[in-house]
Amino acid sequence: MTSTLDVVVGTTLPELSVTGDPTFVVSAALATRDFQDVHHDRDLAQQRGSKDIFVNILTDTGLVQRFVTDWAGPTAVIKSIALRLGVPWYAYDTLTLSGTVASVDDGVVTLDVVGKNGLGDHITSKVTLVLDGRTNGAGA
Amino acid sequence: MSSEQILAAAEEVRSAGPSAPRPGRDPINLPMIRNWVEAIGDKNPIYVDEAAARAAGHDGIVAPPAMAQVWTMQGLNAVRQTDDPLGRMTTILDEAGFTSVVATNCDQVYHRYLKVGEEVTITTTLEDVVGPKKTGLGEGWFFNTRSVWRDAAGEPVAEMLFRILKFMPKTDRPGPSGNGQGASYDDLDPSRMMRPSASQDTQFFWDGVAAHELRIQQREDGTLQHPPVPALWKDKAETTDYVVASGRGTVFSYVVHHAPKVPGRSLPFVVALVELEEGVRMLGELRGVAPADVTIGMPVEAIYLDFPGDDETGGAPWTLYAWQRGAKERS
Repeated sequence: MTSTLDVVVGTTLPELSVTGDPTFVVSAALATRDFQDVHHDRDLAQQRGSKDIFVNILTDTGLVQRFVTDWAGPTAVIKSIALRLGVPWYAYDTLTLSGTVASVDDGVVTLDVVGKNGLGDHITSKVTLVLDGRTNGAGA
Repeated sequence: MSSEQILAAAEEVRSAGPSAPRPGRDPINLPMIRNWVEAIGDKNPIYVDEAAARAAGHDGIVAPPAMAQVWTMQGLNAVRQTDDPLGRMTTILDEAGFTSVVATNCDQVYHRYLKVGEEVTITTTLEDVVGPKKTGLGEGWFFNTRSVWRDAAGEPVAEMLFRILKFMPKTDRPGPSGNGQGASYDDLDPSRMMRPSASQDTQFFWDGVAAHELRIQQREDGTLQHPPVPALWKDKAETTDYVVASGRGTVFSYVVHHAPKVPGRSLPFVVALVELEEGVRMLGELRGVAPADVTIGMPVEAIYLDFPGDDETGGAPWTLYAWQRGAKERS
């Protein structure tokens, strides 16, 4: 991780693959305080027409944030995460996140982040951040 | 409910403005942060390490901004507040028949990072309601809610735009029988019912039910077989042979189910073993006949229950067959 990234439009982020095993799906749902049964009970998820339990939206937002700060480092300050949701992410499928710098404007970096799994595009998102919060007012 | 009535009801919710501020259950705290970073696999040290947070320009440990919503999530047995616009709008569209839901967008803006010990409240407002629109899932309405999280001083720390599509699942699947209109099912809760589970050997049967026909497997020698068996006399790649039953038959035997409870069904209900005109016997629920009125030999006919996709998962619509009193006896 570094805070002195050479960031220009078109810069790509290192890919991140996350295995959506049941432990991941369930622990992330509970850590985000999302107790909907479709995220932890396969029988009920299937009764409701899903193939299996699936990852909840709050986890997607968290993963996108992790993906971006893994690259940008601890001084980065995330300003926004806009998610468009696509195909579901069922247990046992792997999500691969990839990202590209879309613009750099007055210290604000905009990234296009896509999360693909076996079914297609699960996450299509736009993230804005400043790379060094120490010079851009990270705190209160 | 007409489109005008939906828009009028939506306007009432929108003009009511934001819901009352609802506090998170606990202040921003390290145990919840730890659970979250461990589950997400986030190694950013500013969420757990005081020195690292200070080195990065914060006053101390901060919460991951993507946890904004987590702080105001309710507990395991949560009940939505009566002034919550998302709940109110959901009810309006459910009652208008747009019973399925799928979230399409979740956009969050973070004004600043929260520190351990701070407390937040959430308020939610209904924004645009657009519809009816034809979508791939069916006709539906899009609506946006905007939530704002505020700190103890009332200053916004994060905002979220949440966009939902509430839709009427497509159930118009007329089969060769021409019986395109599904039967009513007010006594059932399809979101809780067990769905049929099709195997390679029974897929043709359930495809038939979806098309509103009863398909009976035909063996190599031309005789009929139900329930279907593996068609070992055919190549695996081929579909089994079947005939389409008339759907008419008589009650060969039956039971009345009083207990235990069955998810999504009202008790008691009748399960009839029906001898079809084609000679095979098939189990199914006999509907619309009081248990005391069922008799052996009663004429019955097949009906089809078209269920919507599920509200929470956006799962595909599905169909179940059942029996009702036969036309012969009714006329």
